[in-house]
Amino acid sequence: MNGRLKLRIRRASNKRLGGPMPWVVAIMVALMVMIASAGMALSNLARTSEADLSGSLTVQIMEAAEYLRDREAAAAMSVLEERDDIAQLRRVSDRELRDMLEPWLGDLGEGGANVPIPALIDARLAVPLSEARLAQIRQSVIEAAPSARVEAQSTWLAPVLRAVSALQYYALGLVALLGVTTAAAVWLAARSAMAANRDTIEVVHLLGGTDDQVVRLFQKPVVRDAALGGAVGFILGGGLTLLMARQFAALDSGLVASGRLGVADWAVIASIPLAAVALAALTARISVMSVLRGIR
Amino acid sequence: MNAGRDPIVRFDNVGLRYGTDREVLSDLNFALLPDSFYFLTGPSGAGKTSLLRLLYLAQKPSRGIISMFGENAGLLPRKALPPLRRRIGVVFQDFRLIDHLSVFDNVALPLRIGRIAEEELRESVSDMLDWVGLGHRAEAHPAVLSGGEQQRVAIARAVIARPEVLVADEPTGNVDPAMGRKLIRLFEALNRLGTTVVVATHDRTLQKEVSVAHMMKLDRGRLTIAEPAA
Repeated sequence: MNGRLKLRIRRASNKRLGGPMPWVVAIMVALMVMIASAGMALSNLARTSEADLSGSLTVQIMEAAEYLRDREAAAAMSVLEERDDIAQLRRVSDRELRDMLEPWLGDLGEGGANVPIPALIDARLAVPLSEARLAQIRQSVIEAAPSARVEAQSTWLAPVLRAVSALQYYALGLVALLGVTTAAAVWLAARSAMAANRDTIEVVHLLGGTDDQVVRLFQKPVVRDAALGGAVGFILGGGLTLLMARQFAALDSGLVASGRLGVADWAVIASIPLAAVALAALTARISVMSVLRGIR
Repeated sequence: MNAGRDPIVRFDNVGLRYGTDREVLSDLNFALLPDSFYFLTGPSGAGKTSLLRLLYLAQKPSRGIISMFGENAGLLPRKALPPLRRRIGVVFQDFRLIDHLSVFDNVALPLRIGRIAEEELRESVSDMLDWVGLGHRAEAHPAVLSGGEQQRVAIARAVIARPEVLVADEPTGNVDPAMGRKLIRLFEALNRLGTTVVVATHDRTLQKEVSVAHMMKLDRGRLTIAEPAA
């Protein structure tokens, strides 16, 4: 259809489509960006932690007497050293242990004479740690060091990872709900514009205007409003996400750092406003076509 | 003049009912010949507007076949109808002007729908507005026009694209007799250029203005056609 007509009719339909719609889309997109960012950060954190811990085990020597503890630790070390499936092995020094415990137990002093501290051996396997392999390692270590406790590191984090996984689904559900709400808002705005302009649509239709010509008249302002709202929402949601990322980075925690968003994550986040625009265009088209089908 | 030529519109056993009510139009069998002029008459409620709606493809018949320009309109897919509609000019009884468009843009609407370039349509629209006496009101909006002026805009919009069929529902109902005669002269001129004209009117004076007109009389949903008196 001729540009000037499009401009004139669109200007009239814009009066009905404008108003709150860009702001509704902006708020929805900002919320979706923030929730998706949080979900992906949690996903990264869980994936990194799981990868780090899946091939690791910890041996604790619980013997209270220091000389016996050292002897059992040495025996356990030698058992583990002989195994082909152990890639890295390290006994955590007493100083490191004291430093780790100091925030909770205070200064333990040299040797930790008043509070017996277990000896700790950190082992990394060359192969995945199955339940059967863990049981076999446990048995051989306990034979050499009776007070030893052998645990896979992933066992301790499993409940946390399960909770993180649940949070990811929660975030995904929220993003989906917000998407549906955005579509509903666009649908209502398009329907209201259609109702207000029904006579115009009928006249254009009866004078030989095609369905596509009518759809384009209403789709373009909807797409423009959604693009405006999407851009504002992305800037708002993305900005807040960056601010939060900076706050967490300041914690200087290895665990938190593993949740950092990568380029691929930001690409997914950037696709949210684009998806909102596509959703708005599709919703507007469907709503306009549903009205047009009611006219011969 | 047009004997032996294929009809431009043909109705075969056409009936129309709204919902489950009795038929408002029954067993319509007629053909409109190219370059012909028809007056459609009949008492109020006889079904004139319904018949015109069938003619400008705003309504599907409940039964029967309507052929337009040699095509069975009932069998055409939806996307094939707009090109047919662009060959039909319509003057609606209630004008149906678009309020937020100026007089110029309302008249230019069929040309713009037909993707005529702006520079091409400008002169045609201005000439048409001058012809219906509204050249000075080109930028006005329908809301500020009188009923008669609105009717002239509606007529200008219907004829601007030189349709092959012009369907007009009481086109002179709101204008003075002199303007009514002038508009009928316009319809006659279009008819001489090859447009088939169908005008629904109660105005017997106007009916006598066009000597070559066929008289279609609709009564209780049934139609009879009389040949021109001349």
